[in-house]
Amino acid sequence: MKRSSTFLITVLCFGFAFLYVPILSMMAFSFNRSRLATVWGGFSTQWYGKLFSNQQVLKAAMLSLEIALVSATLATILGTLAGLALARFTHFRGRALFAGLVTAPLIMPEVITGISSLIMFIWMAEWIGWPGTRGFTTITIAHITFSMTYVTTIVQARLSAMDMSVEEAAMDLGSRPWQVLKDVTLPIISPAIVSGWLLAFTISLDDVVITNFTTGPGYTTLPILIWSKVKLGVTPDINALATIIVLVVAMGVFAAGVILNRAEARRAADAQLAYQANG
Amino acid sequence: MLKRLDAWFNKKGWRDSIIALPYSWLILFFLLPFIIVIVMSVAHRANASPPIGFKDAWPFIYLDNYIRLGSDWIYVRAYAISLINAGIATFLCLVLGYPMALGMTRVSKERQRMLLMLVILPFWTSFLLRVYAWIGLMGTNSWFNRLLTSIYNTLTPAGFNVDSIPMMNTNFAVILVLVYSYLPFMVLPLYANLEKLDFTLNEAAMDLGSRPSSVFRDITLPLSIPGIIAGGLLVFIPASGELIIPSLVGSASDPMIGRVISDEFASVRDWPMASAVAVALLLLLVGPTIAYNYFEAKAQGGKSPT
Amino acid sequence: MSAQERDKPLIRIENVTKTFNDFIAVNDVSLDIMEGEMFALLGGSGCGKTTLLRMLAGFETPTAGRITIGGQDMAGVPPYQRPVNMMFQSYALFPHMTVEKNVGYGLKHENLTDKQRKDRVKEMLDLVQLTQFAARKPHQHSGGQRQRVALARALAKQPKLLLLDEPLGALDKKLREHTQFEIANIQYKTGITFIVVTHDQEEAMTLANRIAVMDRGVIKQVGSPTDIYEFPRSKFVADFIGSVNLFPARVEKVGGNEIICDVPQLGQRITAAAPASGIPNKADISVAFRPEKVVISRQKPKGGGNVLSGVVQDLGYFGKDSLYRIRLDSGTVISVNSVNARRAAESDRVAQWEDRVWLSVEPGSVLVLED
Repeated sequence: MKRSSTFLITVLCFGFAFLYVPILSMMAFSFNRSRLATVWGGFSTQWYGKLFSNQQVLKAAMLSLEIALVSATLATILGTLAGLALARFTHFRGRALFAGLVTAPLIMPEVITGISSLIMFIWMAEWIGWPGTRGFTTITIAHITFSMTYVTTIVQARLSAMDMSVEEAAMDLGSRPWQVLKDVTLPIISPAIVSGWLLAFTISLDDVVITNFTTGPGYTTLPILIWSKVKLGVTPDINALATIIVLVVAMGVFAAGVILNRAEARRAADAQLAYQANG
Repeated sequence: MLKRLDAWFNKKGWRDSIIALPYSWLILFFLLPFIIVIVMSVAHRANASPPIGFKDAWPFIYLDNYIRLGSDWIYVRAYAISLINAGIATFLCLVLGYPMALGMTRVSKERQRMLLMLVILPFWTSFLLRVYAWIGLMGTNSWFNRLLTSIYNTLTPAGFNVDSIPMMNTNFAVILVLVYSYLPFMVLPLYANLEKLDFTLNEAAMDLGSRPSSVFRDITLPLSIPGIIAGGLLVFIPASGELIIPSLVGSASDPMIGRVISDEFASVRDWPMASAVAVALLLLLVGPTIAYNYFEAKAQGGKSPT
Repeated sequence: MSAQERDKPLIRIENVTKTFNDFIAVNDVSLDIMEGEMFALLGGSGCGKTTLLRMLAGFETPTAGRITIGGQDMAGVPPYQRPVNMMFQSYALFPHMTVEKNVGYGLKHENLTDKQRKDRVKEMLDLVQLTQFAARKPHQHSGGQRQRVALARALAKQPKLLLLDEPLGALDKKLREHTQFEIANIQYKTGITFIVVTHDQEEAMTLANRIAVMDRGVIKQVGSPTDIYEFPRSKFVADFIGSVNLFPARVEKVGGNEIICDVPQLGQRITAAAPASGIPNKADISVAFRPEKVVISRQKPKGGGNVLSGVVQDLGYFGKDSLYRIRLDSGTVISVNSVNARRAAESDRVAQWEDRVWLSVEPGSVLVLED
């Protein structure tokens, strides 16, 4: 009886067209022979060739990947710890402030996060002489701060959905709190930790605003490079670069989705079998 | 020694370190910078490095920056434009996103999963590139602009015909791209809310004599208000502080507040003023944020928003 | 119920079939339900009873067949235009409305003055004794109270037919017994035709004056509770309602009012009352008898009837009655239920573990099942 009206289907189609036509159009124009990025001049893959011989782009991409790997890993560690603290320790001094600090970066406009990080780095350099120059370290620190709270949100949600009696059972069977965490809690929340890492990784890889404020001379990440080029207008080589990025991300998300779906389906099938075996 | 460390760790240490590590990181790299910004907002611009100075005598603070915020038309206007743009974008996201989210709950479970993935996918792809994609569409030579122009020209009498529709560097462009970029933020919480609603309530209303349109008005709509508010704030809050979109597709003469902060800081090099503008923006967003946390919890509950 | 009323079916279900993709939920069901009846659809989960109910309410459309209510064909009539209301299993109370608004919701669409509407809501709340809670929201009520709100809401529109989907399913045992009588009482007061869907045979037996037993989309038997219990017409019905000792048998001799069958599992012959429809000699049938129809004793009973002998393998004492599991000499185990009519100490019981006992079953209590 759950029927869907023609109106809803129409809006659904329009909405998804709205979401995807710009990206698909951009991808199509990356195969444009013409230098004019918006007028079709025949099919060509020349821009992809040019892109792979562009040292500047490759260098920026490498830097972005390095920063994303380091910051996502550290953000996942810190974010998971914060998630554990908030979900499992309901009473400790300063918990309210801690909870606030965890949600604030999610809502804080990026401009303000970026500027305040930069100002602090400048002051720290004045007072304690560190960081001497801005670059890899400062960008990474800013990215960790920003993305760890996303990890926390995911981990915390998973922990509060988790059956606490499993942990109590482990403790009842003689595990120390630390062993419970290691043997029971962390394995159970590991999917959340993995998605947290992936999210932190993409956030770092994608960030423009905060990077723009915390970077220093010689440290151009891929988004910063694109940003500076885009300001000058649309060019076919950015279309090509964008197409590659979008396809890689789409495939990653798709693969993750398929794997998660399959795991889910298997769990459902197992449960069904077990149910039939019992019933 | 190792044994004692182990004992300490098992007793209390593991707990303390779990809390202390992320807590101190956030205090050092998030709270401290933010406090510095607040402090700086009551300083004044100076020829120094960093380019600020404080008042020499008690109470050492300048409130001039904040006074300028209220009296200088540039700032008032920028706040107004930000809030209006974000407000219109939020409304349009709701108008488009609500039927989308509702439509998603009315298809088969497998299809729901696929559509959900399609909504989330743009969220994972680069924000910058999605804005960039629109630059390609809005230019006067683009197929999209020409399509819109020809539609416009067939609808209007010959005297009003135009060669192309000016879209880039307008407020219209900012709103359009805001809607585009933040639509998933509206659809996701709404979908989560609507999907949790018990469909037997709709059946009960229909059984009691309501046509589908009244069922929507009496049951679905009131029960999805927490989702509407959560989604609305999830769009409104980041949209009002947006920097990338107004910088790339907006007009320089109608700046949004994010751009003002950035310009004030980078071009004018008036750090104290930039800080004051930022602090004021945050104060404006405190109310909506508290409201968001409240309604998000309710939307998650789904069943009985009473 | 008078004979005149019986002749007037309010609901006619004619050859109705409903399939979902490959699954046949309801298979060629025909059923007449009379005006003012309290009718029960009884069956296990997935038997099609709920699908049948939802077709009556208009939430599902029959794949084939016809449903008429009060002479009107229901094909193409949407739920909101049917003279039918439903009490949902989950109650489906609107969480954002007060009890009063919930009960009055259906009346919004009727041509009533405000006063009439108010009076009707008050009347309904009085009927279910919830008048003092009118201004509260559903979540402030207990399960039993919510159930009554749902009942009042469905009755407020004065439907020709009220559908109740597992009305007592969510209540605990004590409340269930009380509510059964309350529902029966309300049905009597309002005179509205009730159709109750349930998987609970006790609920069906106490509530309904007629029961349809369903299995895998098909109605196996329709009849009064007594019919269904004492005269089941198939192994399924005999087994589904109550418990039963059931064995394959072969007719050896047909004579007068009685037939004699050979029952290999019991290792002896059993005499049973001959079914009215008649039965051929040498037919393969099943015989069955309910545990409480068996009389247990320590002495060999005198006189006629079927007499079996065995030892007590298991014994369950429930206070008002006891359940014995007796292993016959043939090795077959049968259940015997015996009312503890006399107060007795444990040592004084009819039988103890491993005691040899005698069982007797009247031929009239033996069911002969032909399917």
